[in-house]
Amino acid sequence: MADLLQKANKKILLGNEAIVRGALEAGVGFISTYPGTPASEIGLIFFEMAQQKLKEKKKPSFYFEFSTNEKTAMEAAVGASFCGLKTLVAMKNFGLNVASDALMPFLYTGTNKGACVLVVADDPSCHSSAQSEQNSRPFSYMAHIPTLEPGDPQQCLDFIKEAFKISSKMSLPVMVRTTTRVAHQKMPVSIAKSIKQKANSKAQIKFIANKHQYVTMPPRVLEMKEELLTKIEKIKDLAEKSPLNKVEFANSKKTTGIIASGVGYLYVKEALKELNIELPLMQLGFFYPLPEKKIKSFLKKLTQVIIVEELEGFIEKEIEAIAKTANPKIKIFGKNVLPQTGELRPEQVILAISKVIKKRLKPFEQINFRPVKHLPRFCTGWPTCPYWKLFAAVKQAAPKQTIFGGDIGCYMIAALPPHNLYDYLSCMGSSVGIAHGIKKATQNKQKVIAFIGDGTFLHSGIEALLNAVYNQSNLLLIVLDNSITAMTGHQPNPSTAKTGMGLMSHPVKIEEVVKALGVQNIKVLDQEEEYEQLVKTIKDFSNKKDVSVIIARRICGLLAKRNLKK
Amino acid sequence: MKNKDFNLIVAGVGGQGLVTLLNLVSEAAFSEGLDFKTSELHGLSQRGGSVSVFIRFGKEIFSPIVPKAKANLVIALEEQEALLALEFSSQETIFIINKFQIPTLAENLSSKQIENVLERYKRRSCFLPASDICQKEFSNNVVAGVFLLGYCLGKGLLPLEKKSFEKAIELVLPQKHQALNLKAFELGVASSQKTYVLCNFNPLW
Repeated sequence: MADLLQKANKKILLGNEAIVRGALEAGVGFISTYPGTPASEIGLIFFEMAQQKLKEKKKPSFYFEFSTNEKTAMEAAVGASFCGLKTLVAMKNFGLNVASDALMPFLYTGTNKGACVLVVADDPSCHSSAQSEQNSRPFSYMAHIPTLEPGDPQQCLDFIKEAFKISSKMSLPVMVRTTTRVAHQKMPVSIAKSIKQKANSKAQIKFIANKHQYVTMPPRVLEMKEELLTKIEKIKDLAEKSPLNKVEFANSKKTTGIIASGVGYLYVKEALKELNIELPLMQLGFFYPLPEKKIKSFLKKLTQVIIVEELEGFIEKEIEAIAKTANPKIKIFGKNVLPQTGELRPEQVILAISKVIKKRLKPFEQINFRPVKHLPRFCTGWPTCPYWKLFAAVKQAAPKQTIFGGDIGCYMIAALPPHNLYDYLSCMGSSVGIAHGIKKATQNKQKVIAFIGDGTFLHSGIEALLNAVYNQSNLLLIVLDNSITAMTGHQPNPSTAKTGMGLMSHPVKIEEVVKALGVQNIKVLDQEEEYEQLVKTIKDFSNKKDVSVIIARRICGLLAKRNLKK
Repeated sequence: MKNKDFNLIVAGVGGQGLVTLLNLVSEAAFSEGLDFKTSELHGLSQRGGSVSVFIRFGKEIFSPIVPKAKANLVIALEEQEALLALEFSSQETIFIINKFQIPTLAENLSSKQIENVLERYKRRSCFLPASDICQKEFSNNVVAGVFLLGYCLGKGLLPLEKKSFEKAIELVLPQKHQALNLKAFELGVASSQKTYVLCNFNPLW
């Protein structure tokens, strides 16, 4: 990772590094996150900085934590904002689904004297995501959360700072939505000469009771909604004047214009360079609320407009509505020339523009060859990934016709060859919840083994297991406990006994949690040392009348390797 | 060359050090005052799976992804991965391919099959046993990528200065790995004058 505290005018930064740098420049004091690609580095950088400070016996200018899930991360930021701190919360797209329950009322209460910037990273093309190709932007409408969309690392830094400004000014959380190609893009970034120290002095950080503002009970809650809508109107005015919504080539005589957002903006710039033309171009740095007046005056001069945005065309729908009064005859192109599925590619944008302006392009060479792909696999070498042995034992021991439920983590890889294991795989924590539903529906006639990692179990598996015990399932759950959140870059979790600040904590023993939930059949085994016993236990537990849990505990191979080197 | 955008794709398998190569090239471009954009992938896609990283540099660069057919140079750290970059290449593209295979856990392509595909699409390609050379010379084949960077530089396939790379190695890599990487890089540069390379076209070099 880049040294983000180093003094320089320009620095090569990854989008996520630029987000951290921007937050530091804005005076962030409190950061909470749950790791998820493509947002994971944000937390890792703060973790590294905190550990470095600890080594130097210095106090960092911020508090940082890996929360147990995105909802608890969000709630922590709500509390810290109430106390007047500038807070940053980071997560991947699906994390927002989990956090949304805490987010919605946060817009009603506001951030008081503090501020909150919520970074949400979508993953078009699902490079590092199962589950769905989620476009998180409709959350902006649902929560009425002001939302910015940077396109490159420089914008990541600038937009984060702007987001903190808006948040402080309007006392509302602000969302910054990135995508994989923004978060994992590098470029030379201009940075501030120095990082401002924490904006708040210690004396100012205090929860000052204000029941009127923090208790969202009816009838007050409806007043709060009105207040929120009024604030959004004010932010619309901000958006109208904001340089984040910028128009280029405004003096072009061309009557075809382009409105672009996120990384789509970069592909448009690339396309215009490639086609050697200058079309009026508007980048919408604001996704919500939109600068309607600015858009209206942009549309007025045009006969056609192309909307370039990744995934579903939400901006396109808005533009259609705005055009009805501004320029009803304008032809609007968007998802009829660009795909809704998969990330955008520069050549798709080049093709779309040339199609609309009727410029002929040399056709691309047809390549009909399908290359073979290396699929992700469990790590090899020594010490090896403990999952190889675990899944071997499962295959050896599980009764025929057993249904296997997967979950989110490195062990997802067992869905791929040579394992081809899972019969279903959905969202975080769902291996258990869905297993329970199958058990109940089939009246226990089909055997189900669900798998979950330690991180995911502690994220959202606990509730599902409690439900299964309470409602008398007899599923078998195997917890793959490598005591770390491995896939996203080895972040500690409650079973690791280390906090985001690098401090040692009391490790949560999963067997104790499981026991407290009421599970009767529990076994903790090391798949490497106690392989035969593991096989025997899987056979044995597959025939139990109530819920069983096996905790397969062995350190992640990569970590073991790292420890050996130390 | 310097006035034109240069598009480099490094293709390989997660764990082969692709992001390090990306960092070296961008640091070199940065020190020469060039604009650049890169794109890399993390997470699930990195666990031993196919990964391509993009580095584009020039006067003013916008897209972090190399547009279709626009790659100038493809460095493949694994043979089969070269073909995954096919869609980004044209007959102008040069493929520098590590004669080295990591088996996929399903279907695999032989070296001959890979050569045939490149031939079919008239792609200019050179195979060289970078991993074997590095294993033999340094008992370490992870530096094969840095070796190939040196090779491309020596052949004039990468429009950047040698000293920019030497500086980049110092800036990007932890001190304990610098000496080995510099050696591998130098060997790559020196090897660009040797003939054990198998090319399907008559290089001007």
